[in-house]
Amino acid sequence: MFGKILIANRGEIACRIIRTCRRLAIRTVAVYSEADAQALHVERADEAWCLGGPRPADSYLRADRLIAIAEASGAEAIHPGYGFLSENEDFARAVEAAGLAFIGPTPEAIEAMGLKDRAKALLEKAGVPVVPGYHGENQDADFLATQASRLGFPLLVKAVAGGGGKGMRLVAEAGEFHPQLEAARREAKGAFGDDRVLLERYVTGPHHIEFQVFGDTHGNCVHLFERECSIQRRHQKVLEETPSPFLDEALRARMGEAAVAAARAIGYRGAGTIEFIVGEDRRFYFMEMNTRLQVEHPVTEMITGEDLVEWQLRVAAGEPLPLAQEQLLTAGHAIEVRLCAENPANGFLPETGRLAVLRTPEEADELRLDTGVRQGDAVSVFYDSMIAKLVAWGGDRPEAIRRLSGALADTEILGVGTNLAFLERVVAHPAFRAGHTDTGFIERHRDDLLPPAGEVPLEALVACAARVHRDERAATPGDSPWEDASGWRLNRPACARWNSGARTASRSWCRRRSTPAMPASASRARRTACASGLPTATACRSSWTTRPSSPASPATAPR
Amino acid sequence: MPAIRSRLDTGSEAFRANADHHRALARDLREKVAKVAEGGGAEAQKKHAARGKLLPRERVRGLLDPGSPFLEFSQLAAFGMYGDEAPSAGLITGLARVEGREVVVVANDATVKGGTYYPITVKKHLRAQEIAAQNRLPCIYLVDSGGAFLPLQDEVFPDRDHFGRIFYNQANLSAMGIPQVAVVMGSCTAGGAYVPAMCDESIIVKGQGTIFLGGPPLVKAATGEVVSAEELGGGDVHSRTSGVTDHLADDDRHALAIAREIVRHLNGAKPPPPPGLRPVLEPRYAAEELYGIVPKDPRQPFDVREIIARLVDDSDFHEFKALYGTTLVTGFAHLWGQPVGIVANNGILFSESALKGAHFVELCSQRGIPLVFLQNITGFMVGRRYEAGGIAKDGAKLVTAVSCAKVPKFTVLIGGSFGAGNYGMCGRAFNPRFLWSWPNARISVMGGEQAASVLATVKRDGIEAKGGAWSKDEEEAFKSPIREQYERQGHPYYATARLWDDGVIDPADTRRVLGLAIAASRNAPPEDTRFGVFRM
Repeated sequence: MFGKILIANRGEIACRIIRTCRRLAIRTVAVYSEADAQALHVERADEAWCLGGPRPADSYLRADRLIAIAEASGAEAIHPGYGFLSENEDFARAVEAAGLAFIGPTPEAIEAMGLKDRAKALLEKAGVPVVPGYHGENQDADFLATQASRLGFPLLVKAVAGGGGKGMRLVAEAGEFHPQLEAARREAKGAFGDDRVLLERYVTGPHHIEFQVFGDTHGNCVHLFERECSIQRRHQKVLEETPSPFLDEALRARMGEAAVAAARAIGYRGAGTIEFIVGEDRRFYFMEMNTRLQVEHPVTEMITGEDLVEWQLRVAAGEPLPLAQEQLLTAGHAIEVRLCAENPANGFLPETGRLAVLRTPEEADELRLDTGVRQGDAVSVFYDSMIAKLVAWGGDRPEAIRRLSGALADTEILGVGTNLAFLERVVAHPAFRAGHTDTGFIERHRDDLLPPAGEVPLEALVACAARVHRDERAATPGDSPWEDASGWRLNRPACARWNSGARTASRSWCRRRSTPAMPASASRARRTACASGLPTATACRSSWTTRPSSPASPATAPR
Repeated sequence: MPAIRSRLDTGSEAFRANADHHRALARDLREKVAKVAEGGGAEAQKKHAARGKLLPRERVRGLLDPGSPFLEFSQLAAFGMYGDEAPSAGLITGLARVEGREVVVVANDATVKGGTYYPITVKKHLRAQEIAAQNRLPCIYLVDSGGAFLPLQDEVFPDRDHFGRIFYNQANLSAMGIPQVAVVMGSCTAGGAYVPAMCDESIIVKGQGTIFLGGPPLVKAATGEVVSAEELGGGDVHSRTSGVTDHLADDDRHALAIAREIVRHLNGAKPPPPPGLRPVLEPRYAAEELYGIVPKDPRQPFDVREIIARLVDDSDFHEFKALYGTTLVTGFAHLWGQPVGIVANNGILFSESALKGAHFVELCSQRGIPLVFLQNITGFMVGRRYEAGGIAKDGAKLVTAVSCAKVPKFTVLIGGSFGAGNYGMCGRAFNPRFLWSWPNARISVMGGEQAASVLATVKRDGIEAKGGAWSKDEEEAFKSPIREQYERQGHPYYATARLWDDGVIDPADTRRVLGLAIAASRNAPPEDTRFGVFRM
């Protein structure tokens, strides 16, 4: 095993890797850009080296600097994390050329899986099912149209070098083919400098289900079960869970075998993910392979009890896989949500700012929080907008959901717009609870999940403010009877309109929203009140004074 | 810890009968209070509201922190007086929280005779200021008053504790560092003009509030000048020109918001909490059971520990000298988390009980523990043997101890309050921070029956000395009106109407009322006690 490694990444994944290294007594070298000098991963690592300016091209993508720092610091290996240089075969090659271990697959494997059409052709030969399509070199428009007719509609036009949904077009019928092809090519050219496309049959009601695979240098290869990642927006994952509510045991076994076959076909080493698309008809096709640790790997860890970063380190150090396929077991259910600084109401565009308040629930065996920031840190324009990953485990899916909703309700982030409320609505949605989670989920339930902005009624704010106020009062030390905010009156009915009004308002508000009772959580209440720009005292005050007085109050029973 | 184990049989016939009786009294109290809370009545309220003014109780509510308790003082002031034309004496006073601080609120009710000051109104106002002084609580005056009630000027104006005392108090409260804030929400005429003028900081409502020493009619009579009230002493004049007021508010709500802002910036904090505070525990027995403890017939005895068990935290009572002087129950407890020493009557006072009480009061003074007196006392034991035993000097020891003890004292009349028992048990004259009565309480120099008998004996002796005769019927005819007078004047409504207490309270609220008051009393720093000579 290594004595010291360099982590060529930042944020939560750098912190995550440091966590395992600490446990295994491996010293860590962090690297940082000038924007990250005060970042959490810098603080957590044993030593930290500056890479350069805040732009990734000046820092985290500087392969030469990374290798030089690794050598200077005496690191024996480099962990690339995800993103940045993690799937860059040139970097992997350079690391190995410098006599360091690359904690990831071989450069050849990265390369083989890098171009999607070539990867598919390769795996089709290995007997892994792929979506019927055309992946050839002939890019003549009319030729492609003929191929499209052969495959049938609807179908997808995708950029060969694509990713993240760029250069991808859905063609519903033959008449739309040429304009959509042109659009896809334009986008592909702009985004990747490569306008080659491939054609694929469009799978209806698709689920995005991926399998975690692991190979070592001793010829072993296993899978660590699946992750259901269908809930996506703009082709980026929002929520991942395992096991998938959509799979049965037989299908799971067949897909697992296919995943291992795919990994074996390229002699895979280290952690990888085989992504499948599974149609309503339960047929599955290989989509692509990610040759790195995935963002959503914690759900796999939660149900298997294994530490995937430890596996990566062991494999990179030349050890065999810790467990064989038949030794891998799962227990319970795990769900992860990605807390991001973004505005769901505005096309999920990233938001930036300072995390004025960041309060998260306490971690426990059943609740994991992976984050790379702390209260007061900035979410900058330079990097990923993810603030934290919240992972809940439960004995079964409903328990995991309950725990996750509770954890979200106890989370409070102010200063930067986030998708927190959106995530709460996803988790609370009946369709999600019923397990109907294909990739169309967010689009289909858009109206429930993305209520129009500016619609929060005053009563709801009042309810929030009331709740916040009461909690703040309750939080003051000493149990003075003056803290009891019941509006008590001597020999008269309590002035409890404030309470009953808040209750009624919140109830009616919640009915309209089909969300769990809003002021049930102080943090959620405070968040809503603050997001509306109303200071809580003002909201309280208006509720207090604008309600007409009524002689009888339901809160006081006659004696 | 020694929790009181209740022996009360809540299923018994006696319990039910007592409970029915006391519940009926509590219901009557609530009805009376609801009635006086209507102030000058629906018609006057409508007129008041039509001017864009909030009703006085709405003003109080608007001033308070949301959900804050409001411990109102002497709701039934002037009850049955002045032809019942001055409900609550036209003044709302009480303890409340504003911006997290306990404050004393004094609000005129202009729907009652234009908010003018009857004699009892003056007394109620002065009492609120006294509470503010003793407990060091900021005062907020919501002023809307036409000044003294002129027909009764001889009872309102000239004496020491009359109208002028309000301003004397304002000056001296301010001198003690107790903030004085006025919100002028209506007229402040003549003497009334000094309420805002004497304050540390004042607010006036535009178009509503006026301040002048002489109103337009007086000005016209004196100088012939014709001027409108607004031009003479409105918000603009006083906020822009005269400087009598410091803040100009658009309406009542705005004014109350400014008042809250003022409190927020007072920069005074209450002394740190005493070390003895504990987490609050509810008593082990329900407060509603208090109705069933005190017998309907006041002459029947009951164990006062049953009451204590329903007032103190966890019913936990560390009794002191349980076996000695058993007609007085003394002991330590916590009430709403706050340490208290309780002194409660459990029968007539003997020398031993008085000595025990004096000892216990000394203990509490030494330890800085507030005292709660539960009064149900017919008096000290009389008779040759007891006089010879020195009951007068032993009673004096208790009275000395109670008089001099500087820890906060709180008194609740839970039954009779007669004779020197009232003194030994911290009656009104002994400066308890607060004193309340239960609706079943009675207060007089002695019981009506005793008084009638004493007077009858004196009269009979006089008649018989002159050789006359006095028949049983004549004696009864003589005694009956005396009994009736004592019953009427000893009634808690009669007493509270005259401010002999700070209000009549529902027994079930006793714990909360005491809890609020004790917590508020902590605003004043602890004082050292120096006792006078104890006659030995």
